[in-house]
This record gives sequence, structure tokens and C-alpha cells, in this order.
Amino acid sequence: MSTKKGMEVSIAASVAAKLARVEAIAAYPITPQTHIVEHLAELVANGELEAAYINVESEHSAMSACVGASATGARTFTSTSSQGMELMHEILFIASGMRLPIVMAAVNRALSSPLSIWGDHSDIMAARDTGWVMVFCENGQEVVDSIIMAFKIAEDRRVLLPMMVNLDGFSLSHVIEPIEFPSQEDVDRFLPPYNPLYTLHPDKPVTMGAYAMPELYTEAKYSQEMAIRNSKSVVKEVMDQFSREFGRTYNLVETYNTEKADTIFMALGSINENIKTAIDSLKEEGKELGLVSLRLFRPFPDAELFEVLKNKKKIVVLERVMPGGAMNGPLFNEMASLVVSNGLNVQLENFIFGLGGRDVEPEELMEVYEQVVSSGKLSHADNKNYGVIGVRS
Amino acid sequence: MRMKSLERYTDNPEFEYATSGHRACQGCAEILALRLGLKVFGRDSIIAMATGCMEIISTPLPTTSWRLPWIHVAFENAAAVASGIESGIGILMDKGKIARKDINVIAIAGDGGTSDIGLQALSGAMERGHNFTYICVDNEAYMNTGIQRSSSTPFGAMTTTSPPGKKGIGQATQKKNMPKIAAAHNIPYVATACPSYPFDFLAKIKKAKATKGPAYIHVLSVCPTGWRIPSDQAIHYGRLAVRTGIFPLYEVENGRYRITYSPEPLRPVSEYIKGQGRFRHLTEDLIAEIQDHVNHDWQDLKNHSEMK
Repeated sequence: MSTKKGMEVSIAASVAAKLARVEAIAAYPITPQTHIVEHLAELVANGELEAAYINVESEHSAMSACVGASATGARTFTSTSSQGMELMHEILFIASGMRLPIVMAAVNRALSSPLSIWGDHSDIMAARDTGWVMVFCENGQEVVDSIIMAFKIAEDRRVLLPMMVNLDGFSLSHVIEPIEFPSQEDVDRFLPPYNPLYTLHPDKPVTMGAYAMPELYTEAKYSQEMAIRNSKSVVKEVMDQFSREFGRTYNLVETYNTEKADTIFMALGSINENIKTAIDSLKEEGKELGLVSLRLFRPFPDAELFEVLKNKKKIVVLERVMPGGAMNGPLFNEMASLVVSNGLNVQLENFIFGLGGRDVEPEELMEVYEQVVSSGKLSHADNKNYGVIGVRS
Repeated sequence: MRMKSLERYTDNPEFEYATSGHRACQGCAEILALRLGLKVFGRDSIIAMATGCMEIISTPLPTTSWRLPWIHVAFENAAAVASGIESGIGILMDKGKIARKDINVIAIAGDGGTSDIGLQALSGAMERGHNFTYICVDNEAYMNTGIQRSSSTPFGAMTTTSPPGKKGIGQATQKKNMPKIAAAHNIPYVATACPSYPFDFLAKIKKAKATKGPAYIHVLSVCPTGWRIPSDQAIHYGRLAVRTGIFPLYEVENGRYRITYSPEPLRPVSEYIKGQGRFRHLTEDLIAEIQDHVNHDWQDLKNHSEMK
């Protein structure tokens, strides 16, 4: 029987990796990921976790060592943030192309310059198309459960892809939350040992990481693309099984008050808890706002989103990243693609918020709601297609 | 080479781990070094190879020239990948998931993948003390991408990015001393080698294989294409590199330097330089400068080495 325990979310993430019986860890410290890798090092040093811990000299080597370890058939885990994710960017593509089920806790943080150690989604949005399965977490419980589920999803023979569990730096990674830990026996039953298809071993020599000429490259990438597309059903299956076995329900797309509301906010990560607070306050004023939270981000849950959004009037996409010269933020652009390809008649709005750790209060979100419902298509300052919450120009 | 002679180093001399059918240039000494060296490592080996000539000539999908478990990940990370492999098989043995036995983990990279872009990953892996052998096959430039200079390109050499001209002499810097950098990590075994001296090379591979902890072998690999020499001259120029003292053969065992083959009296470097297209623009003054450098470095090596 499991009970709730107050714990820092980073520590809880490393306990989840231990419950998943990770066998190889290669990591390099970067704020705000540090508490995760520190606690794992402690667990290994105390003999509580039997794993190889490789103190690499960079994130590039962290992901490279993870690729090597995973290729031998070891269950492999790492964690990074921000500049670290950028430094390992090259190898992120290779890990997915080589179909290695590495799991990474991505503690999302802003990118330099200017240097900022605080949270936003600049890092993961720059890595969003690296071919990894990706989920976002709203709270510590989701982080723990998602890490355990991630190994089961990644290692499934129908998937065999690396997977990232995203959690917001500081606003989630460093808060203390009540968390329920499943027992080791239950996790063992849910998550059997990794049974790899191919490994690097002298008894059965294989060549991994060969190169492709033009006549094969397209086919190689196509088969990889089919794998990540088809992984959606496995993610769903694993979430359903987890819900049954552990009593906590997970869906690809989470909704809050979407039945009644015509206006829907969409976001990733811990901001969704603030949005829920705003929704509750608006309700008291007799106003209806709904929330769609993407738990699964890659592969993009288009059909599931369509089901929720098909009859809605206004969708507000909130993002923690600057578009970098694009028309809008990356999530908005995908939503625009969903709207166009499904012929939805809906007003789409885009707001940027929470960059470099900037707080966004529920009251500010309520103001965004008022702005959106009281007008037609918003026109933003400086010919931008998006608003920036709380910016001083 | 007579197979009989190889029996001192390997019990299965005829078995080829690097098979024929690869696409190396005619006269490539790099694939020759690997072909010989892998015979000593034997079947219980795993290779992590950097991007480069040896990777690109051996593994166009869906074919492979390797009869050993082999992985290529990227250019700068062969040592980091090898770290992961060594740790992975180690923990799987500890947990009883795979049978316990000695498996040689071998990282292989060119001079660019070692002394330039891969230096950090290599330094990290050596410092951590992984049980692996790192082989740098040094052909003294980025040959795979079309003969661009690396930090391992020798002084004066012409490459496509160190061209001689009105203001340029070719490569204007001295060759980075990679074996010395490896030795500075205080790892148990460092050696230089050249396939023109196959038994010296094989003996060093044998030592590296037996070493517990990191071993580093720096192999001068003559590249007829990039050095602009006839393709039947690779062995000859490898010998001249050693006999002129330009590339001395030595090893560093637990910090102890030992010259494994003494070429004294040294042949003049001009014997090595003349005949190579990459040096054909060099003036007598520049050749004299190279000679001075070689004399100095050779003396320096002798000063802290035991002679054979």
C-alpha cells in the first residue's frame, strides 16, 4: 500500500528512475537539473540502486554515453536542461534514429543569451522535432508516473524510441509536493526488464549506425517516422494500463471545463495548474473558460485534439518560447495546421508568457481571457501575430 | 606477412574481422592497421568508431565490412560512446544479465576525431579510467572530407585549407603531440605505432588489450591520396617517417617512456619530405627548420626514455 510523501519533485524524479531499475546513467550537471542527478549519484553510492553512473565531461558526451550504454541493452536514463540540451542536440537525433529507448528527464529552462537559469520552453522547443516521444508534466506526481511509464513506452517493440519527460525548471523541479510512490513490486510487475531486439555483443555481432546513400535514407527516415506516429497507440495503451494498475488516470490530452466553454486555453506544463485556478475564478463570475493540456506532445495528438476542439469558437495557445522570427510560436503553428487541415471554423490566438522564469499569475490569465472574449481577432502591437503577457516595451 | 609470424599475437591469424569489399583507397595504410590490429583483439571485442574514412568506407547500408559488434554514432564522441558501452556491459555482467567475460572495448577515430573535435570526449574517458583501448588512426588531415588541415597535420604540409601561396607556406603550425597529451592523463598505457612496423604495432595492441584501464595507441597511417604519393608507397613512407625520427615509435607504460625501435642514426628528413606531393612546395630553408624540430623532439624523447 502506498502513501503520500512530501518531497522535492527533482528527488522524486530520481526515485522514479530507481523504481524503474535504471542500469546506466550518464549525466552532466546543469541548473535546474542538478538535484535529479545528485540524488541518483547518492542512490548508487549507497548501494540502493545498482547502476553504472558515468560522470561525463559534457552533455554531448552524456547523450553519447547513453547511446553506447543503451546499445548494449542496459536500461538507460539521463537528465538535462537548457544549454545542456542544446549541446546534446546532435546526439538526440542519433538516439532516435538508432531506435534506442533512452529516457531523459528534461528540466525545461530558458536559453542564453541573455543567460537565464530560470524556466521556460526554449530548450525543448528547439529539440521538439528530434524524433523523441515527449510528454509534459503539470505536477510532481505526473513526473514520477511519467518516468515509470516512459520506459515501458520507449522499450515496447512497436516503439523502440527514446522518450523525454518534460518538467518546468524550478516552478516544478524545485517545489515540494505530496507524491504517492508505487511499491517496487507493483512497478516490477508493470515494467518488466528491458528485452532488447539487438545489442552490441560479441556472440552476435551487429553493425549499428551505418550510413545511408540517397536510395535508402528516405526509407530509413520514413520507417522511423512511422514508428513515432504509431507510438501514439502504445502511449495510450500504457497510460490506460497505468491507470488501471495504479489508480491514477492519464490521457494523451487532458481537459478541464471544456464541456461548457467555447473559449479554450492550450498550454504545456506546470502553467496549466495556474490556468485551472483562473478557470475556477472565472466560473465564480459566471464565465466559462476551458483548458486543453497536452500531456503527449510528440507524436502530436491531432485526432484527440480535434475531438475536444471541433465545436469551439476561440482557442488561445499559450507558449513559453519566443517565435524567433516565425509568424507565431511553434505550438500555435501546429494548431494552425490542425485547424486548416480539419477545416475548423475557429479563432486562434497566440500568447507568449513566462520567459526566463517570469511568473504569470492567474489574474493575468483572466485578463487574457477578457481580452479574447471581448473582441474579434486580436491585433497585437508591433505587427506581431501574438501577444506577450506582461512585457514592458 | 606470413600467418605463422602472426601466431605470436593471435590464435586465429587468418580470420578477418575487417573484411574485403570495403571502399578504402588503394594503398590505404589505415585499413591495413585496423585489419591487423583487430586480429589481435579477437572476437570478444566491441568497436565504437567515429565518423571518418574508416566508417565511411565500411558501412553503407545495408552492408558492413565488420565481423565484430560495431557502432558509429558521430564524429566527436567515439570515446564517450565507448564509455557507455564499457559501463553498459559491465553493469549487465554485474547483474548477471550477460555472461561474465573479458570483452575488449575499442574506440577508433582519425586524427581530426581525436586531436581536434574529439579531444574533450577522449580526455573525459581517459580521466574516468574506463577499461578500453582508443586507437587514433592518424593520416594527418581530414582526408574523408577532402584533405583539410587538422591540428595533426605536420608543419609545412599542403592541404586544401592550408594551401601554400604567395603569403602561405602550407600548414603553419606544428603537429599537435597527441600521445603526450594522452600520457599526461597518467593512463596505464600509451603507444605510438605504424603498420610499416607490423610486429611492433601488434605487440602494442597486445599490451593495450591486456591493460586494465585506458590504453591509447596513436597509429601513423600513411594516406597516399592525401599525401600525394603513389599508392604502392604507403609502407615505404611509414618506414621513412620512423627512420627520420619524424614519427618515433615508443610506448609509455605506467609513466615510463620506452623507445621501442631506435632509428639512429636518423636519416635526413628530406628523404621523407621529397617525393610527397603535399611537401613539394617546401624550400630548403623550411626543410632545415623541420630538421631542427625533429632533432630537438627526438633528443627530448630520448632524454626521458629508456632505450630498447
